[in-house]
Amino acid sequence: MTTATRSAVPAPPVSARTPLARLRRAIVDGWTMTRRNMTHVVRAPEELILYFSLPIMFVLVFGYVFGSGMQVPGGGNYREFLLPGIFVMTMLNGLGATASGVAFDLSRGVVDRFRSMSMARSALMTGRSAADLLRALLEMSTLLVCGLLVGWQWRDGVGRALLAVGLLLLLRVAITWLGIYLALLVPNPDTVSVIVFPAVFPLTALSNVFVSPDLMPRWLGAISEWNPLSATVAATRQLFGNPGLGADSWPAEHALLLAVAWPVLLIATFAPLAVRRYQRLSR
Amino acid sequence: MTAFEVRAEGLGKRYGPTRALDSFDLAVPTGTVHGLLGPNGAGKTTAVRILATLLRFDAGRATVAGFDVARQPDEVRARIGLTGQYAAVDETLSGRQNLEMFGRLSGLGGRAARRRATELLGQFGLDGAANRSAGGYSGGMRRRLDLAASLVRPPRVLFLDEPTTGLDPRSRNQVWDIVRALVADGATVLLTTQYLEEADQLADRISMIDAGRVVAEGTPDELKSMIDGDRIEVVVRDAADLPRAEGIFARICAGKPECDPELRRISAPVADRVAGLIGVVQALRDAGIAVEDIGLRRATLDEAFLHLTGRRPEEAGEPVGAVRKVVPA
Ligand SMILES: Nc1ncnc2c1ncn2[C@@H]1O[C@H](COP(=O)(O)OP(=O)(O)OP(=O)(O)O)[C@@H](O)[C@H]1O
Ligand SMILES: [Mg+2]
Repeated sequence: MTTATRSAVPAPPVSARTPLARLRRAIVDGWTMTRRNMTHVVRAPEELILYFSLPIMFVLVFGYVFGSGMQVPGGGNYREFLLPGIFVMTMLNGLGATASGVAFDLSRGVVDRFRSMSMARSALMTGRSAADLLRALLEMSTLLVCGLLVGWQWRDGVGRALLAVGLLLLLRVAITWLGIYLALLVPNPDTVSVIVFPAVFPLTALSNVFVSPDLMPRWLGAISEWNPLSATVAATRQLFGNPGLGADSWPAEHALLLAVAWPVLLIATFAPLAVRRYQRLSR
Repeated sequence: MTAFEVRAEGLGKRYGPTRALDSFDLAVPTGTVHGLLGPNGAGKTTAVRILATLLRFDAGRATVAGFDVARQPDEVRARIGLTGQYAAVDETLSGRQNLEMFGRLSGLGGRAARRRATELLGQFGLDGAANRSAGGYSGGMRRRLDLAASLVRPPRVLFLDEPTTGLDPRSRNQVWDIVRALVADGATVLLTTQYLEEADQLADRISMIDAGRVVAEGTPDELKSMIDGDRIEVVVRDAADLPRAEGIFARICAGKPECDPELRRISAPVADRVAGLIGVVQALRDAGIAVEDIGLRRATLDEAFLHLTGRRPEEAGEPVGAVRKVVPA
C-alpha cells in the first residue's frame, strides 16, 4: 500500500489549449463516454428488450388497428402510408428515454468526478448522443424488418431508402439533444419523464404521421405541415416511394430541405445550450 | 509565487439564509497535510467542493496549485484529485471499468489506462472484485475504489472529504498509509474529518471550523496547548497537605491550580512540561509532602474543540473502532 502513487504514470496533463487540441480531446473523451453508455446497455440488457419490443408493437398495433378503413389522399395502401410515420414516432419516443437517462446520470455522484476532472466538458453529452444514435440504429433495423414483414416496402431503390434512414437518424440526434437539455433543466429522472409525455403527444397528433394534413381543418393542417416531425415523415415517404405525398404547399414541396434544416436547427440550438448549462450546473 | 498550494481568502458561500462559509481562510503549504475539523454542517464539504471547482462561491478568492479556482478551473482540475463525501463512481460499471474510464478521461491512452487500473486494483485490495459492478460493493470497497479513482493520475493536490467515515480500522489504516505515501511523493492533501484522532495522526496543521468560520488554526500540538496546555496532576497521601501543595503549584505552574479535596488531587496547567514537573516534584519533596501519584496529562484535541466551540466534534457518533488517543505523561 505504500507505493500507491509511485508508478510509471506520466505527470498531470496540461489542459488542452489550442482549438485543435481541444477538438481532439472532445472526440477522445466523447468516445470514452460513448463506450461507457454502451457498457451500461451490455451490463443491463433489460433495456435492450424495450428497444426491440416498442417498435414491433408500434408497427403491429398501428399497422393493423388503424390499417384498414383509413383514407390516403391520392390513393394507396394505408399501411404503406403509415410506416414512415411510425419510424418517426419511434425516433421521437427516444426523447423520454434520453431525458430520463441523462437525468438519472446527473443525479448520481459520478458526475461530480467528471466535473472535477480536466476532461472535455461536452463529453458526457456527446457520449450520450452517440450512444443513443447506436441504439436508434438498432431500432431502425428492427423497424425496417417489421415493416417488410407487414407488407411495407421501399420502391425507389436502396440508395434513396438509405438516405431516408439517414434523415430519420438525423432527427433522432436532434431529439437526443432536446432530451439532454430537458434533463439539464430538470435533473430529476422521475419528474423529467412526466414532463416529456405532454410534449410528445400533441407533437405526434399535430403532424402527418396518422392523417394527411390535407384532410385536416385548414389551420390545423398548416400547423401540422410545418411540424418538424412532418418534414421528416414527408421526406421519407418521398424517398421510400410510399404514398400520401400531400398537396402543393411550400412545406410539402420542400420536404427534403425541411427534413435536413429542422434537425440541424434544433441541434445547433440545443447542443450549445446543453453544454453551457452543464458547465454551470450547481456551480 | 507562493509556497501555498491551496489558499483561500475570505471565502463566503450562502444557501438562502444559511451561511455555509463565512470569511473562510486557509493556507496550505506545498507538500503538507491540512485537516479541516468540524461538526456536522460546519462547512467542510462546502469548502472542499469550492476548492475542487464544483461549487461557485459568493465572496473571496481561492487558488489551488497556483491557479485561480474561479477563473482557471480547467488548470485546477488538471492538477487535483477529489474523493468526495459520497462515492463518485459509476455503479453500473465494474471496478476495473471505472478505473479504466477515469484513466482515459484523464488523458491516459488505452493501454496505460488498463495497466494503471490493474495496478490500483491490486494496491487497494480490489482484485477479487475487479469485475463486479461497483454498485454491489460494500461501503468500504466503494470508498477504496473512489480513492483509487482520484489517483489514476497522481494529483498535485488531493482533496479528501471524510475519507475514512464508515471504514473498519484496517481499511482506515490503509487509507492513512496511502495519504502518507502521497505526501512523501510531494503531493499536498486537504482532508476533512470529524475524527480528532485522524486529524491528529495525519495532519501537519489543522483548521477547526464551526458555522462556516475557522475558529482556530495550528499544528495539533498548538491546538491542544491552546486550551490550557498540558497539566501537572498530583494526588497527595494526606488531605491535610492539600493547602500547602496548592501553594507550591501556584508558585511554579503557569495557571491557577484546581483542587479536588475528595480525590486529594491538585492539577494546574504548565508551560514547560519537563521543567515544571521537576520543579513540582522537588518542591513537594522539600516540603515533605507525601505523594501517591504524579504525572503529566496532555490535553486532547477533543478538549481543544470543546473549549473553542462549546461542542464536541463527533456528535454523529464515534468512528468504528477508533480509539481516542490518550497521551500518557
Ligand atoms: N445544497 C444546499 N442547499 C442548502 N443548504 C446547504 C446545501 N449544501 C449545504 N448546505 C448547508 O450549508 C452548511 C454547511 O454544509 P456542509 O455540507 O459544508 O457541512 P459539513 O461540514 O460538510 O457537514 P457534514 O459533517 O455533515 O458533512 C449546512 O448548514 C448545510 O445545511
Ligand atoms: Mg460534509
